[in-house]
Amino acid sequence: MIVQVCVGSSCHLKGSADIVELMQKAIERDHLESEITLAGSFCTGQCNRVGVTITVDDQVFPGITKDGFSEFYQEHIIKKLKQEGSI
Amino acid sequence: MRKFDTKVQNLKYQVLREVARYSWTDQLLEKELDIPMSIVPGRTATMRCCVYKERAILGERIKLAKGGNKENPNVIEVIDIACDECPVGGYEVTNACRGCLAHRCEDVCRKDAITFDSYQKAHIDKTKCVECGQCAKVCPYGAITHIERPCQRACKIKAISVGPNSVAQIDDEKCIACGACVYQCPFGAIMDKSYILDVIDMIKKSNNNQNYRVYAIIAPSISSQFSYAKLGQVISGIKALGFFTVIEVALGADMVAHSEAKELAEKGFLTSSCCPAFVDYVKKQFPDLAPHISHNLSPMGAIAKYIKDNEPNCKVVFIGPCTAKKMEIKLDKVKPYVDSVLTFEELQALFDSKDLDIASMEEDVLDNASYYGRIFARSGGVSDAVAQALKEQGIDNFDLKAVPCDGIEACRVALLKASKRVLDGNFIEGMACLGGCIGGAGCLTHGEKNKREVDKYGMEAMEKTITGAISMLDKVNSKL
Repeated sequence: MIVQVCVGSSCHLKGSADIVELMQKAIERDHLESEITLAGSFCTGQCNRVGVTITVDDQVFPGITKDGFSEFYQEHIIKKLKQEGSI
Repeated sequence: MRKFDTKVQNLKYQVLREVARYSWTDQLLEKELDIPMSIVPGRTATMRCCVYKERAILGERIKLAKGGNKENPNVIEVIDIACDECPVGGYEVTNACRGCLAHRCEDVCRKDAITFDSYQKAHIDKTKCVECGQCAKVCPYGAITHIERPCQRACKIKAISVGPNSVAQIDDEKCIACGACVYQCPFGAIMDKSYILDVIDMIKKSNNNQNYRVYAIIAPSISSQFSYAKLGQVISGIKALGFFTVIEVALGADMVAHSEAKELAEKGFLTSSCCPAFVDYVKKQFPDLAPHISHNLSPMGAIAKYIKDNEPNCKVVFIGPCTAKKMEIKLDKVKPYVDSVLTFEELQALFDSKDLDIASMEEDVLDNASYYGRIFARSGGVSDAVAQALKEQGIDNFDLKAVPCDGIEACRVALLKASKRVLDGNFIEGMACLGGCIGGAGCLTHGEKNKREVDKYGMEAMEKTITGAISMLDKVNSKL
């Protein structure tokens, strides 16, 4: 699975550094290094008023904040990995 | 508000704008011949001897706007028929000469080139004069002047000479494509080739960035340009032209500062690598020092490589103040990363070719780089950034002694000293243009306040440190 955190100007200002760090820690915590490739992207063209855009494979999720991170991670990453049978 | 410094720039801009306008709608082929007439209508000449010559020169400008002579590898070209064949005077005694008794001019002349007529007035024998300029310096009346062609005066590396028919001639072996002559020729007879048509084609074929994405990477000196609008509006304008998104080259500058500091501490002596005209100058005139040029890509190359590593099939267009960047992208180590180069002049032409009124657009954002990456745009900025990068990385066993060189003449002095091992310093920051990139030939306006604008833009960066700006990139890129 490829997870891209947007590091373009708009997301950068809305905290993509924090989101990258949370993502990195979560991946480490759950030992998912071999399942998830964490990458960056410059703008997905979906700049949101709040939060950062994360792209999971081909699906784009705008507006991810620090507070909403856990929920997003469980819902769109862990659940998806389980569905795919990766974990 | 005035968009350009001179009428020459304005004329060049009008040609670029019209060429671009027809190119967007695939009408260039049929409309090309109408462009000179639309810029110079009527029968009264305002610039040259007649409207026909004015239009003929515009025809030459159109050729350059379309990429110029493909067989000439240089991006700077003389428009032969536009060169006014300025007189080549050299040192001349004017009628301010009082015919004094002191004759300091005669005493100081080592070539015995000065004689006096029966009124005791001085004359210079041109066959003996070597243009040392001493006589002009010592004359108490300032009666001796130096008449030089503006292009030759602008070209501090002496790549311009007088060719056949008294037309200016560029020695491509020497030329570093800094563009000083382009900006300084009062007749606009020297022009940089434009790649606007390539860029327009790239944007059109991307099919709204569906087939591939076209990224605009913009130099930090943009903060001192387009002063009639806000920077955020310029960003909106660039996107409205059809670019997918806009990224700061200053972020590439952060990357460069970070690794250049490491390289410097390791090697002990280095020259910067961000100014392509300076790098070219070192290679051509001081080949012995070439191994000391930092091995880093320029900030343009660094950020473009980062983008292309992430997304190999995208296109990257650099937008900046620089004509030498048009040469830099032909280098083997840069070619894979940057697809084309536009100057700010050309960007203005593109905006107006689509009738985009950027001053009325909404403000977009541009924020990735740190203060230090952004101040690369002005002289002294690279040195400051490298000092900061050394500090941030805790490299304290290296004592930085930076030599910021403002303009190619200052570069020459420092390089000469370095080649003789008498330079008091261990890091040469070379900037070919006066003031740094903000003095670039592709800038719309040049002025005292531009440095302040760059510093202001630097202060506005969210990231306060170089490490802060690039650490996240390392994290997300490390696994690719």
